[in-house]
Amino acid sequence: MQAEPAPAEGQLGELEVRPPLLEVDRLLDDPRTRIIVCCGSGGVGKTTMAAALGLRAAERGRHVVVLTVDPARRLAQSMGLSSLDNTPRPVPLPDAAEQAGGSLHAMMLDMKRTFDEIVEAHSDPDRAAQILANPFYQSLSSSFAGTQEYMAMEKLGQLRRADEWDLIVVDTPPSRSALDFLDAPQRLSRFLDGRLIRLLTAPTRAGGRAYLKVVNAGIGMFTSVVTKVIGAQVLRDVQTFVAAFETMFGGFRERAEDTYKLLQTPGTAFLVIATPEPDALREASYFVERLSQDRMPLAGLILNRVHRSPAAHLSAARSLAAAEALQSSASTPTMRNDSGGDTAAGTLHPLAVTALRLHAERMQLAANERRLAQRFTTAHPGVPAVRIPAQPEDVHDLTGLRTIGESFAGR
Amino acid sequence: MRASGSVQGRARGGDSLLSVSARDTDWEGVRLHVITGKGGTGKTTVAAALALALASAGGKVLLMEVEGRQGIAQLFDCPPLPYEERRVAVAPGARGRAGGEVYALAADPESALIEYLEMFYNLRHAGRALTRLGVVDFATTIAPGLRDVLLTGKAAEATRRRVNGRPMYDAVVMDAPPTGRISRFLNVATEVSGLARMGPIRGHADTVQSVIRSPQTAVHFVTVLEEMPVQETLDGIAELRGLAEGGLQVGGIMINMVRPVALTDDQLAAAAAGTLDVHEIALGLKAAGIEDSFGRAGNLDLAGSLSAELTEHAIEALAQREQAGRLAEAGQPSYQLPLVTDGMDLAGLYRLATALVEQGAA
Repeated sequence: MQAEPAPAEGQLGELEVRPPLLEVDRLLDDPRTRIIVCCGSGGVGKTTMAAALGLRAAERGRHVVVLTVDPARRLAQSMGLSSLDNTPRPVPLPDAAEQAGGSLHAMMLDMKRTFDEIVEAHSDPDRAAQILANPFYQSLSSSFAGTQEYMAMEKLGQLRRADEWDLIVVDTPPSRSALDFLDAPQRLSRFLDGRLIRLLTAPTRAGGRAYLKVVNAGIGMFTSVVTKVIGAQVLRDVQTFVAAFETMFGGFRERAEDTYKLLQTPGTAFLVIATPEPDALREASYFVERLSQDRMPLAGLILNRVHRSPAAHLSAARSLAAAEALQSSASTPTMRNDSGGDTAAGTLHPLAVTALRLHAERMQLAANERRLAQRFTTAHPGVPAVRIPAQPEDVHDLTGLRTIGESFAGR
Repeated sequence: MRASGSVQGRARGGDSLLSVSARDTDWEGVRLHVITGKGGTGKTTVAAALALALASAGGKVLLMEVEGRQGIAQLFDCPPLPYEERRVAVAPGARGRAGGEVYALAADPESALIEYLEMFYNLRHAGRALTRLGVVDFATTIAPGLRDVLLTGKAAEATRRRVNGRPMYDAVVMDAPPTGRISRFLNVATEVSGLARMGPIRGHADTVQSVIRSPQTAVHFVTVLEEMPVQETLDGIAELRGLAEGGLQVGGIMINMVRPVALTDDQLAAAAAGTLDVHEIALGLKAAGIEDSFGRAGNLDLAGSLSAELTEHAIEALAQREQAGRLAEAGQPSYQLPLVTDGMDLAGLYRLATALVEQGAA
């Protein structure tokens, strides 16, 4: 019997379209790369990727700041971050990085703090205090869907203007849809700039009489309904809020637009992160299409948590057949365990049987993942990609981040 | 005894449906099931599976989503749902009874407000006009708690709704906001009270609160066995228990995407430490005839690679066991849902629903 050709991927191997390799190191080393945005749907490992990219860039000589949103506790600890404080903190690095001349800072986004700072920076102390105490402001700054995205963009703009780092790596908020990062800031500024805000603030402006008449009719209806439903006090709160906030509205839209433009410049690189799962790849697909529509610079796809086998030349079918052969050769019948699978107990080579079954599962999983990745590549053949192997544990130290960084180099 | 300790948990995988039929479920008396969880853990999928599981005892179950994601429509492979209760699935029967039906509703605060205005003030017309002016969007966006009280209010209304003297739905399953926002979302009366000290919306909030804080409501947490989702689950449970006036009823912990552990405890320890007997594996491979194809050196190499795979599997399993141990400390019943690898579809949902029924969740 001849050895099987490796890797045993069957027909898929013949049809497989290989994406161009995403050369992460080249991207990190290029001094023209000033901003890297990691985006993707929730739960794909964006924050870990952002941290690993930042570390690798620093160890290759860049001065990097990583802006994380909502990192896992152990990941934050691995970078020496213990609490949200909205300020970049230096991450102590081993000598290697210092020899390369690089440095790493990391911070966690505090969206409410960021919002408060904008208010404080754009109004006098009295007015700022009035806004910060208003219940509507508190609601807007802590729970409006989109505030986190807007503030991540705002913080990005601030870091860029500070010009203390030559590379900013941004993690994006954990939303189900990757598109939220691009849409939410506009949603917030549209909201603040909206028709109703103008309507509510109109009486304080010197508007035309006809306009005022329409406005007053609208306000009259609004007043009567709100009074009926919630009470008159609420309406007064809204008007106070709007009046106090009004001077800042235009500024909000401008800022959102500026950051949006910044994202379109060639110094920015978007990295789309996905795991080889249907939902994550579908989101990645939407995002890639959207980036090209908006003429945003896409660098490529990082396919995270890919399963590989060091024994890919032993196919799933072959492995399973071998396990069955071993089990049927044993005299005692096999037993079943809680999870319903066959156990290796009662065979002469229990460990080998378990290993073979596990290997078969892994090969099947790998084949599934390849098929899903293939679907993405077929739809977006020009998008460079790199695969990051699945890690058996959550990253909890710099060594773990470095291991991921090494797989950015591809093979 | 409800708490469970190991990864195997309270799994009753060996029981047949027949032996289960006589037993009560863990959530007898609960009619509003609120499902939360960290993003990416499969909250919507588990909510749908629970709805199917509840409906398998017969009767009608309403599955409701509140975040405008149209996740239910995607899952059941149907066109986007309007603000209207529609039948999306028929549950297979269990426990000797015919299966029931699952209805779905995609609730949004705007429609809920218009409905509310109409129901209580006969103001449908005004509601429409206000929508055009953007007032409704504005109010539901900016008024703290108003959005939430409208959505929880809709769930409470569906739970209480009666037709011909009988409850319209035997159970309501709400795919609620993620763990980070859940206590705020459910603590409506307190959130709204900052806004309205009296008046109709306050009264409405109090009614909603009386449903949500009653034994009729339970909040279930969906998680996977990873650090962050587990931490959020524990934080979320603590937060709900800490709410004033006895807190809210914390329900089960739904551990999603569970992969079976293939090794015995001794093997796990050895594999994680990297001290597995590679020669023993090589002997097994030889006995299976693999050496004939790969040669002696190839066989030994292969044994080494397979042993490395076992080591990764063991590290992963132990890390998951550690997380399962942390979850067990919460002292809530937990349920295990198997990883569905070939994409989630109706067949996958039925599998998860069956797992929930077998483990007594529904």
